[in-house]
Amino acid sequence: MEKDERIALFQKWFSDTIPHNKALGLKVIGARRGFASMQLDWREELVGNPETGVLAGGPLTAMLDGCCGMSVATMLKTPEPFATLDLRIDYVRPAEPGKPVIAEAECYRVTRSVAFTRAFAHHGDPKDPIAAAAGTFMLGTKGKVTRAQSIGEEAIGEEAIGKESIAAEDKA
Amino acid sequence: MSALLQRLAEARKAGDVGRLAEAIPYARWMKIAPENGTGELLTRMRYHDDLIGNTFLPAIHGGTLGAMLEMTAIFHLLWETETETVPKIVNITVDYLRSARPVDVIARATVTKQGRRMVNVFAEAWQDDRAKPVATANAHFLVKSSDDAPPSL
Repeated sequence: MEKDERIALFQKWFSDTIPHNKALGLKVIGARRGFASMQLDWREELVGNPETGVLAGGPLTAMLDGCCGMSVATMLKTPEPFATLDLRIDYVRPAEPGKPVIAEAECYRVTRSVAFTRAFAHHGDPKDPIAAAAGTFMLGTKGKVTRAQSIGEEAIGEEAIGKESIAAEDKA
Repeated sequence: MSALLQRLAEARKAGDVGRLAEAIPYARWMKIAPENGTGELLTRMRYHDDLIGNTFLPAIHGGTLGAMLEMTAIFHLLWETETETVPKIVNITVDYLRSARPVDVIARATVTKQGRRMVNVFAEAWQDDRAKPVATANAHFLVKSSDDAPPSL
């Protein structure tokens, strides 16, 4: 699948059809195996302090959660429902008013039950972060698998990892 | 004095904590507001369809729960402690315990440790059964104006 096509697919299932991500106006700007990137444009409604115009922490939290979740989806060859188990956010410095925020998340390890992710939010220079996040996700949670959660094989293909390889890795 | 602290003084005079949310655009947009009608300070996130993160279950987006727990802690620090500045969040860790159904979420914060510069706050959120929290959080806030720290609010 071509890069643009892949991004459009992730945009559809991780932003356009997830009501809160859509409400925030999250734009998917990158997606590959183990990696997800989104952009959040500054809006008056998302401001915490109207005197400074600085974004509230909440929109960043929601974006980082969504972006970490998307990085998990890029790793799963076998579709299964998953949910955030915990999420830690360090607010390193204030976001600058009017500037778009970019989040980049990495899913660096998937086990049978848990996926581990980390992410940064920045204004274009990943070396100068606004926020840092670490999130873990519980795999195989109850309920039906969503379209977003089952995107891995279609979008990432053979590179997405199947449960078989995880089981083999566990044994090794 | 910031508009929020001015609003705090007005809210105290009127005995209505709900006025604090009016000064924060994000709180208005998210329909997150503190209330003290029962004598206990609680923060409520009123259900609306834009909060959904999983349309299949359906369930409220985890990020919005983190956001409302953070607001709960901020409202608590403003209302229940002798703060002279708007608390600046340093970090927050959210634990997700249950999926949140499409109804209101209510939360309460407590101060675990009040330091001179740093405060550690615990917050928990539930829906109709307080004994079954949907999410909990621990957060650190700087509460001294002279400190160079990220003013999220």
